[in-house]
Amino acid sequence: MSEKVGVYICHCGTNIAKTVDVEEVALWAGEQDHVDVAREYKFMCSSLGQELIEEDIKEKGLTKIVVASCSPHMHEKTFRTACVRGGLNPFMFEMANIREHDSWTTDDREAATLKAKALTKAAIERVIHNQPLEPLPVEINPNTLVVGGGIAGISAALELAEAGNHVYLVEREPSIGGHMAQLDKTFPTLDCSACILTPKMVDVGQHPNITLLTYSEVEAVGGYLGNFDVTVRKKARYVDEEHCTGCGICIEKCPYKVVDNVFEAGLGARKVIYRPFPQAVPKYPVIDTENCVYFQRGKCKACQIFCPTDPNSIDFEQQDEILQIVVGNIILATGFDLFDVSQIPQYGYGRLANVFTSLEFERMVNASGPTDGKIVLRDLETPPESVVIIHCVGSRDENYHKYCSKVCCMYSLKFAHLIHERLPEAEVYNCYIDMRTPGKGYEEFYNRLLEEGTHFIRGKVAEVSDVARIEEEEGKLIVQVADTLISKQRRIPVDMVILSPAMEARNDSQEVSQLFRMGCDFDGFFVERHPKLDPVATMTEGIYIAGACQGPKDVPDTVSQGAAAAARVASFISRGTVMMEPIRASINQELCSGCRICNTMCPYNAIVFHEDSNVSEVITALCQGCGTCVAACPSGIITGAHFTNDQLLAQIEGILWDVRSNLDLVPVE
Amino acid sequence: MNKQFEPVIVGFLCNWCSYRAADLAGTARIHYAPNMRPIRVMCSGRVDPQFVLKALREGADGVMIAGCHPGECHYVEGNIKTLRRFILLKKMLAQLGIEDERVQLIWASASEGIILAEAVNRMTEQIRALGPLNWQEKVLGGGNGHGHPAVIEPAQEAEEVLYD
Ligand SMILES: Cc1cc2nc3c(=O)[nH]c(=O)nc-3n(C[C@H](O)[C@H](O)[C@H](O)COP(=O)(O)OP(=O)(O)OC[C@H]3O[C@@H](n4cnc5c(N)ncnc54)[C@H](O)[C@@H]3O)c2cc1C
Repeated sequence: MSEKVGVYICHCGTNIAKTVDVEEVALWAGEQDHVDVAREYKFMCSSLGQELIEEDIKEKGLTKIVVASCSPHMHEKTFRTACVRGGLNPFMFEMANIREHDSWTTDDREAATLKAKALTKAAIERVIHNQPLEPLPVEINPNTLVVGGGIAGISAALELAEAGNHVYLVEREPSIGGHMAQLDKTFPTLDCSACILTPKMVDVGQHPNITLLTYSEVEAVGGYLGNFDVTVRKKARYVDEEHCTGCGICIEKCPYKVVDNVFEAGLGARKVIYRPFPQAVPKYPVIDTENCVYFQRGKCKACQIFCPTDPNSIDFEQQDEILQIVVGNIILATGFDLFDVSQIPQYGYGRLANVFTSLEFERMVNASGPTDGKIVLRDLETPPESVVIIHCVGSRDENYHKYCSKVCCMYSLKFAHLIHERLPEAEVYNCYIDMRTPGKGYEEFYNRLLEEGTHFIRGKVAEVSDVARIEEEEGKLIVQVADTLISKQRRIPVDMVILSPAMEARNDSQEVSQLFRMGCDFDGFFVERHPKLDPVATMTEGIYIAGACQGPKDVPDTVSQGAAAAARVASFISRGTVMMEPIRASINQELCSGCRICNTMCPYNAIVFHEDSNVSEVITALCQGCGTCVAACPSGIITGAHFTNDQLLAQIEGILWDVRSNLDLVPVE
Repeated sequence: MNKQFEPVIVGFLCNWCSYRAADLAGTARIHYAPNMRPIRVMCSGRVDPQFVLKALREGADGVMIAGCHPGECHYVEGNIKTLRRFILLKKMLAQLGIEDERVQLIWASASEGIILAEAVNRMTEQIRALGPLNWQEKVLGGGNGHGHPAVIEPAQEAEEVLYD
């Protein structure tokens, strides 16, 4: 083999050079077989570093390039492009990760240098076997699926639809809107949530480019970037959307009410045939069959009797519909759940009537909520004279969630403001661990509250109880808190306590991430492709995330992510075709024995068996390049491009260069 | 002065989860044993048992295969296939007299840098305690390397069965 390899060892400033003796590695690399030139350089990724490679290719006629620097997930593309500029096929390049996998993981200079040599040698041995490959063109279906109709999904869907692309928006609940629809005012500007959200919901409902599928869920996802096959179950509403005018008479006439644990957070009731809230989009109601007397006992039909449309819009026989759609890209915007505060029994929720959750309070202060916006105790009459708002319930807590939920400080301040506004006489206490108000206008909002006379107590609340010790505590809730600013335990007797629970990943986020074949982190939030540079893409091509499903965030951040995800998708759509890595399997048809073992290995059904010629074949467009079939083929005649046996075996030999036993002694194969 | 034995472990890390877990461990400056030398594969399902044998034969004291958690595989269920294959491989390795700790399969998602680092530390310690593999002697049955591969000490139980 007359390969001429160029090896470049990067200092990465001091990131690598501090722990790895880069001069030594470069000198040593220069002595290895096939290596024509070996250099070390401060920053290989800089334009000067890249030019080094390009010039060496041109001047010295290098055929293969190795760069020992950071993770290929960081700069593989950069260096491949440099190779192309130098006139080489991009796959004639190999990267050794001596930063993330080496210099950053130890202070032991000797060991780090040895490991750097092993990784570099592995790359040199491997690159000799690298073959030129051409990227595969994939056509992008211009339709997009957005899952979740909160403000994240709404923003993404509208951006794409406005740009002229078709969007399927799938929402599990009967209406879009998500948590934002439940809020009263939004910090820090205090604009009314419904006033800014409803017009967007209406736009979604009416947009010619949006197919809105509410009360629906994704059941199965197949395919890959450019061509996902999605199965959606549209649950029966028992209301015929074609004829229903949304007049609401059925709701009015329905004689049965149940507690609304979803939209009203348990604080209010709704009818059994219902619309979650008056501005719901779409306007069609849904029958809650579990509580419907007709469905349970076969009698009533009040809704049908009073329905004024012709033909009648109530359809007790309606069935779930299964829809098949094809989309090029998918945006997940499934939002968050709130931490179940009853897990912290010492805060008394569920036991002490006047302990509320933040979401209950949002519904309470909402003018269209169950109390018409009046702030009252659980008896729904008495206004409280004093209120404690407890921050970080389940957040920043070793026992529950270690992370900060990011929005609770701000909405807890918002609550204090709303109480001052509606009950000017009431005393309001905010018990916080640290006040976290980073954001445009947020610190100013905090200052405003300081001026409004809110009592701020820095300390974690130990307990909320109703056991009075002194007369002033009789009939009150007593909040026991260590005030760390004055180093004193305090007992604050109040009428009402509001808990601000952690924002959690959806309880089904694990299943959803599996359905869409992407990852979620330890806390259940979906994982972005890169925490800084690629915050809305996922490890799976064609699948994006936006909003609180990725981590706790407020409305402005959520909207930005929705728009960002839409922009990423739009760029794919406008390109029409994208080039994919040609890392695919192929079967040598001459040698295939037709055993069909590979057929069942493939998770994408990308391998077909030809009965006539008795051989299997990989459909390149379906293959995703995992290589499971390659490893399984008993004849060893499936090739996994760019991860061939030759490449990997050579890499193993290279990585063990210093400990390889004397092969001459062993009769090989 | 006696230098402590530093085992060499070859790690086969899948591109999507465990390779990135190792990236994250580095980015987060988590310090761990420098004994594991990673090789990237697209999926742990690509790890052909012959790669493991090759690494052991070429002088590695241990092999770590790391993939996404079951159910989180980027390729749906490549890791499950790895697991099945791994169980068979382990049976064979045991017959060759290769200790259980030397070849391990672990799961680490892209966000679990710490889990990967801890696994490397743990495995390094376990293999350090076992000492070098010495494929020549252990598997080929003789220091000169000319031993016949078939000469393998039968396991205790097997012997009992034989003479029953
Ligand atoms: C009490 C409280 C007060 C707040 N106050 C403010 C404020 O004043 N200002 C501010 O900026 N932020 C505030 N926030 C934060 C705000 O609610 C969030 O930033 C915002 O709702 C996140 O939007 P989202 O679309 O990501 O998620 P969500 O609002 O949770 O929407 C997700 C949607 O996806 C749907 N869905 C979930 N899973 C599926 C599935 N598998 N299939 C189909 N559909 C699915 C859900 O039904 C829901 O409609 C507050 C939060 C709380 C809890």
